Amino acid sequence: MKTNKLCKTRNREVFRDNLPMFVMLAPFMICFFLFTILPIISSMALSFTSYDMISSPKFVGIDNYRRMIVDDSVFGVTARNTLVFAVVAGPIGFILSFLLAWFVNEFSPRVRAILSLMFYAPSLVGNAYFIWQVAFSADSYGYVNSLLLSIGVITEPVSWLKNEQYLMPIIIVVQLWQSMGVSFLANVSGLQNVSRDMYEAGSIDGIRNRWQELRYITLPAMSNMLLFSAVMQIQSSFSVSAVATALAGYPSKSNAVDTVVSLMADVATVRYELGYASAIAVILFVMMFTTRIVVGKVIQMAQK
Amino acid sequence: MKIKNIIKNRAAAKNKIASRRYTRSKFGNFLNFFLLAAAGLFTMLPLIYAVCTSFKPLDELLIFPPRFFVKRPTLGNYLALPDLMASLKVPLSRYLFNSLMITAITVFIYIMVAAMAAFVLAKATFKGRNFLFWVVQFALMFNAYTLSVPQYLIFSKLHLIDTYWIYILPYMASTLGVFLLKQYIEGYIPNALLEAAKIDGASHYRIFWSVVMPVIKPAWLTLMLFSFRDVWSSVPNGTIFTEQLKTLPQIVSQITAGGTARAGSAMAVTVIMMIPPIIIYLISQSNVVEAMSSAGIKE
Repeated sequence: MKTNKLCKTRNREVFRDNLPMFVMLAPFMICFFLFTILPIISSMALSFTSYDMISSPKFVGIDNYRRMIVDDSVFGVTARNTLVFAVVAGPIGFILSFLLAWFVNEFSPRVRAILSLMFYAPSLVGNAYFIWQVAFSADSYGYVNSLLLSIGVITEPVSWLKNEQYLMPIIIVVQLWQSMGVSFLANVSGLQNVSRDMYEAGSIDGIRNRWQELRYITLPAMSNMLLFSAVMQIQSSFSVSAVATALAGYPSKSNAVDTVVSLMADVATVRYELGYASAIAVILFVMMFTTRIVVGKVIQMAQK
Repeated sequence: MKIKNIIKNRAAAKNKIASRRYTRSKFGNFLNFFLLAAAGLFTMLPLIYAVCTSFKPLDELLIFPPRFFVKRPTLGNYLALPDLMASLKVPLSRYLFNSLMITAITVFIYIMVAAMAAFVLAKATFKGRNFLFWVVQFALMFNAYTLSVPQYLIFSKLHLIDTYWIYILPYMASTLGVFLLKQYIEGYIPNALLEAAKIDGASHYRIFWSVVMPVIKPAWLTLMLFSFRDVWSSVPNGTIFTEQLKTLPQIVSQITAGGTARAGSAMAVTVIMMIPPIIIYLISQSNVVEAMSSAGIKE
């Protein structure tokens, strides 16, 4: 009885202390619940139905999942492509966005601002990847072909975007170029708060060169921003779609660069099978958060 | 008062200690700059291409093989814009006003909302805080593609369709900013700083406003860039019907839908639409610089 009362007063005290915290959290959480969590929950529910957006959803159990894994051979191909993007483009984007930020940070503020703008430019122009279509066009007038022809590397024009051998590397490069801006700028802002006295203390403690400085001071101080950038890279490399569809079309030559998201977009907007599309979204989500947990573990191990 | 002193002292301490970092040789620096600038030029290609194309006369637009740079630049594409705009149902100024107002309000409110939530998620002590943060992170991983139908139903239940709210409220649910600022606050605001302020009698709100916000300025200025770009270029998906409520990107797509003959003007519009985000970039970056370099001068 007594302990119960004690508990209650303590709870109330904790609540009074936390009340401002709840007030500050509320605006985001309310919107987040309404516009993100609720839709995600209903999308998960829809994945167990057959729904064409005209008649109401019909419960079909795990049929969508069975169809995806057993019957739909395209899903297997797209899942493989998506994993290739994630495994190749993800880490490269992560490392590159940090290295660029680290290099840029060495310069005076003005130079730094100009260089950052250059690397951020692709994100500013929005869907600017159409320029790559001109560059990789199949005739001898495409910029890449005409350049390689004039140097003599190739003797006749290559149809870059119709050749499954070249498609994957091309899309990876364009995707990296398109999606690095956010992590890059986050890293730049993070580096600005790594305080100078930490470097000073480091030099007293016997740090002898820039690599040691990077390893023992900069990286540990940046670990939070690096986690952010890793999650952003997971998100963008698993969601490659617009770039691939714009450059290679959907379906691309022998499905070489079709991704899970491209398939989902096709199912949802061309075939109007929203239940099936939701099931694909759920599986993609499972793939991504598994990766997130693995990456979290790897980062933890690296810190030790 | 003491809070401000703490921050000032921190900044002063940073600057007082002479920088004894190992730095590259002059030549190394120069080489580094050269390589970075070359990489930067490569990433800037589309921007350059867009600007070049917007100054191309019609025959250069249609020329085959296509040319990257412009040979005889003309302002024609820009001068043709008023004529193309003449067919608009509402004066251009209305779209411009809508765009600027909606973007400014949304970005401002979002930075506040996200920073408050991030502060709580990073520093509050109540149970379930970690769980909430995982939910935020995982929501970032759910592809938005299949969410549009349920979202539409929620919008219409809340009577948001075809009002200004549809631009503003859904953006408040964006998780990117909360995640970015949470990581920043956790990484760069020591608990000792918050406790000192608390002992000094500052309320949670006060701590948030005068301790947290100044220290994380580089982060929220960066967030301002991201959200300005997103909101400025966003096109609502079948949720706005009234012409008076439409924004610039929506009429841009009307102009760009004109085929090759309008390719030049379409590019001119693209270039004009890029100017505000670049201005915001310059403002925010120069402020980051100022925040970092003026800290010692004040003392």
